[in-house]
Amino acid sequence: MNIFVCVKQVPDTETKVTPNSDGSFINLDSIKWIMNPYDEFAVEQALQIKAAQSESTVTVVRVGSVRDTEALRTAMAMGADESILVEAEDNLDSYCIAKAIKGGIEKSGKTPDLILCGKQAIDDDCLQVPQLLSQMMELPSVSMVVGFEQTGEDLKLRREIEGGSIEVYSLKTPAVVACNKGLNTPRYASLPGIMKAKRKPLAQHSLADVGVTDGDRRVKYSSFNLPPEKPPGKKFEAMDEDAVAGVVSEVVGLLRNEAKVI
Amino acid sequence: MAKILVFAEHNSGTVKGVTFEILGKLSSHTLEVVAFDGLSDDGVAELGKHGATTIHKIKGEGLDTYSPEGYANALKEVISSGSYDYVFAGSTSLGKDLFPRVAGMFDAGMISEVVEINFDGETFKGTRPLFAGKVLATVELDGPKPHFVTVRPNSIGMPDSAAGGSANVVDVTGNAGSIRAVVNEIIKGASEKLDLTEASIIVSGGRAMKNSDNFKILHEMADVLGATVGASRAAVDSGYADHSMQVGQTGKTVAPTLYIACGISGAIQHLAGMRTSKVIVAINTDPDAPIFQKADYGIVGDLFKVVPVLTEELKKLMN
Repeated sequence: MNIFVCVKQVPDTETKVTPNSDGSFINLDSIKWIMNPYDEFAVEQALQIKAAQSESTVTVVRVGSVRDTEALRTAMAMGADESILVEAEDNLDSYCIAKAIKGGIEKSGKTPDLILCGKQAIDDDCLQVPQLLSQMMELPSVSMVVGFEQTGEDLKLRREIEGGSIEVYSLKTPAVVACNKGLNTPRYASLPGIMKAKRKPLAQHSLADVGVTDGDRRVKYSSFNLPPEKPPGKKFEAMDEDAVAGVVSEVVGLLRNEAKVI
Repeated sequence: MAKILVFAEHNSGTVKGVTFEILGKLSSHTLEVVAFDGLSDDGVAELGKHGATTIHKIKGEGLDTYSPEGYANALKEVISSGSYDYVFAGSTSLGKDLFPRVAGMFDAGMISEVVEINFDGETFKGTRPLFAGKVLATVELDGPKPHFVTVRPNSIGMPDSAAGGSANVVDVTGNAGSIRAVVNEIIKGASEKLDLTEASIIVSGGRAMKNSDNFKILHEMADVLGATVGASRAAVDSGYADHSMQVGQTGKTVAPTLYIACGISGAIQHLAGMRTSKVIVAINTDPDAPIFQKADYGIVGDLFKVVPVLTEELKKLMN
């Protein structure tokens, strides 16, 4: 199987994110970059399939800017075979990213049997690329996948829907599958893996190489700003058990009469 | 005035609240609604009152239940027939899955999960959070029309009044087309409650809950309030709660009117997922916990002492 895994490099969840001086995007200095957490489940799924089907290859694709820490190297250190980087600024919209991924996959000359993605990237939180990519490539796709079974070209996937309910899908490869937390437990890169990853092939393309132009941009962002800070709230001391009843009664009163939410 | 189609998602006939939030906000435009069959009479009446002039009701083979391809194919036909400027939908579990597909069919742009809707004449100009709400940005669409926008439930608020008329219902025979990813079965989750992303009240537990059994006291309070129970990443990673309950940057981003955080210290990634809640109550033993900086009402105390008393007090009030 030719397995492709789409990864994105995003600011760490604990990183402070602030608007840049002209509000056109965020301040990119002093951000710690990580592989998008949901993409780790996609990489792990690919590696588990490869472990079961040794003739499979795992190619990781990323669209974004070149940085010192590289999610693609991390994925290869985990065990992926090769990588494709489409170099672009970090604020592309979902449409351009999906089109660039499609172009990058086509450049590889391999026909994908399975394309795995994280269910969403935690930077712009759009949840669009897997579905858009499947439209552009005319493949079926399932999002929010928490269960994956494969028999030959038959896939049985479990998708999480509202309230923790599950939809069970059957489909055939080739397909696009967007992975959610709970699907598996991503492995850590081993030291030998990290050493090996340095020698694994990484193909690099420009956006123009993969057919993406300025005219492809669909979503325009401006005026990045911090959300308004709330005025400080009221704090009540109830460590002493005798104070609990009084405090609770006061807070409930405030919720009803001041905040008017109950 | 733009011509706008709003997708009305319904749950066994009951139209989801976010639909009315959208309609209320867009009332100065020409509004049509599209829905799959099964809308209740009340639902039809309410949609009319909220400004829908026409309701396109899709019925067809293979469209009784959701499948991404079936719904997308059928919607494509209705959208193509109307030369709409915009298509709006709620950013629900279904909306998030479906609308990028439909936008892709039109080669059109889509903005996910806006929290503010503004128009400059006929041009949509919204606001959406990025980096899980750590920043906000203004967002506009370009390229071929129609343009697609999804809206975060509870972020706009219900309109104060609904002074529209009654909508003209048009029955449409939908074509599900060829469905390659087939939904064979739906396994019901433990919770019959509203999903976290749509709940108007959320009671959430953190690492201080100590184990999954202790979540029982949060469920008891939630039952009194008609709330949905959530959890922090620490609680989920410790195995106290299912990932479907996780609130935060690597879980669900929520915007309820009331968020009650029990034993949650308030890591950045959790705050990012719930900071747009209208009113936040925090219960924590650590007076310096970051959650208190975001809380409208903070109770420094042991959640195991405070929560049962709070539940009783709320019970009295609700009766």
